[in-house]
Amino acid sequence: MYHFNFTPVFDNFDLLLYGAWLTVRLSFAAMVLGLVVSVLGAVARTSRFRGLHWIVGAYVEVIRNTPFLVQIFFLYFGLPAIGISLGPNLAALIALVVNVGAYGTEIARAGIESVPRGQVEAGRALGLGPLQIFRYIIFRPALRNVYPALTSQFIYLMLTSSVVSTISANDLASAGADLNAKTFASFEIYLVVTALYLALSLLFSGLFRALQGALFNYPASR
Amino acid sequence: MFRQFGPADVLYILEAARWTLILSAIAFTGGAIGGLAVALARSSQVTLLRVLSTGFIRVFQGTPLLMQLFLFYFGLTVLNLPINPLLAAAIALTFHASAYLGEIWRGSIEAVPSGQSEAATALSLTYRSRMRWVILPQAARIAVAPTVGFLVQLIKGTSLTSIIGFTELTRAGQIVNNATFDPFTVFGLVAVIYFVICWPLSLYARWLEGRMRRAYAR
Repeated sequence: MYHFNFTPVFDNFDLLLYGAWLTVRLSFAAMVLGLVVSVLGAVARTSRFRGLHWIVGAYVEVIRNTPFLVQIFFLYFGLPAIGISLGPNLAALIALVVNVGAYGTEIARAGIESVPRGQVEAGRALGLGPLQIFRYIIFRPALRNVYPALTSQFIYLMLTSSVVSTISANDLASAGADLNAKTFASFEIYLVVTALYLALSLLFSGLFRALQGALFNYPASR
Repeated sequence: MFRQFGPADVLYILEAARWTLILSAIAFTGGAIGGLAVALARSSQVTLLRVLSTGFIRVFQGTPLLMQLFLFYFGLTVLNLPINPLLAAAIALTFHASAYLGEIWRGSIEAVPSGQSEAATALSLTYRSRMRWVILPQAARIAVAPTVGFLVQLIKGTSLTSIIGFTELTRAGQIVNNATFDPFTVFGLVAVIYFVICWPLSLYARWLEGRMRRAYAR
């Protein structure tokens, strides 16, 4: 009969909590930078320059059709071979940004396309420049339309970020792995770590739902 | 000294890709059975079934696949079973796929207009025949595109089983890379193989989605 032993887990609970904080920090950093990539990607995708359009399309397809684990190996082990050495934490962040940027590009494009053409044309008729049109006409309605997709993308990103523990970047999963190497209470540790991830995703999906009401409470145009 | 990356390595990696496909097929089959059960429970009239299936989906969609793999892997020792990466991977991926497919298919079942269900009830069809002959065939049509989309996610997900020591495509790449230390070529090749498997499926899913949207726009 297996004898459960949760003592090593709860004696080192502060390490796991710190790991959870690192996961949240990493996920937010990757999401914010990834959103910048996404918006640039979406704008490039709708641009008239054929080359740019094609490059962004290839980027999106390659990232979306290969596993994150292979992407992070390619980056972490591949780049030093050509003389660029990244620490595990930086490599993890870059890999996550590149990954979420590809999914985000599609989301951002759907958002931009969800704003009726006529509104953009009206903005142009009023003499607004492209940046002003983006800032005052497209951005908020587009954001509202894709908000649910973006928030579930964030949760998915946070769960995916556990994979960065394989290159020993610091996060919740690697805090669990460190503790496992010290105490060998594998099942108990991963049970608690999994529960912490669940708590994080429930917390953030609740938070995002509450924010949705506050951010987008103005009446819909349709 | 590292040896040169050669044709034997390419062959080794290609052969390991077979395990990626086999594992994906096992997980998808298991997940289809589990997913149907979850979807039916999730859209049933019985409160207990609804609560249980909702909890199941929350847990498996709210935790990393990597942690699920670890739990099933170490869970085998808890049950005093010998450690077996393939078994742990197959079970974990089946549960994972059941949760995602269950949620996708629940959405498809609920997307069938309620008049269909009411008409079937008015014709005094039992729950079984109502589902079998009226609701599920229509839901299946709606479900195809997102299901193919999820299959891509599942195939990519099998790469994580390399971490619990199952030798599929990614693990084979790691092994070859450890011997040749040529990460650009090795992981580049691994990525290309995944891409060749996944991209046609993604394109197919998008084509199905477009066709569906046009059908419903009419």
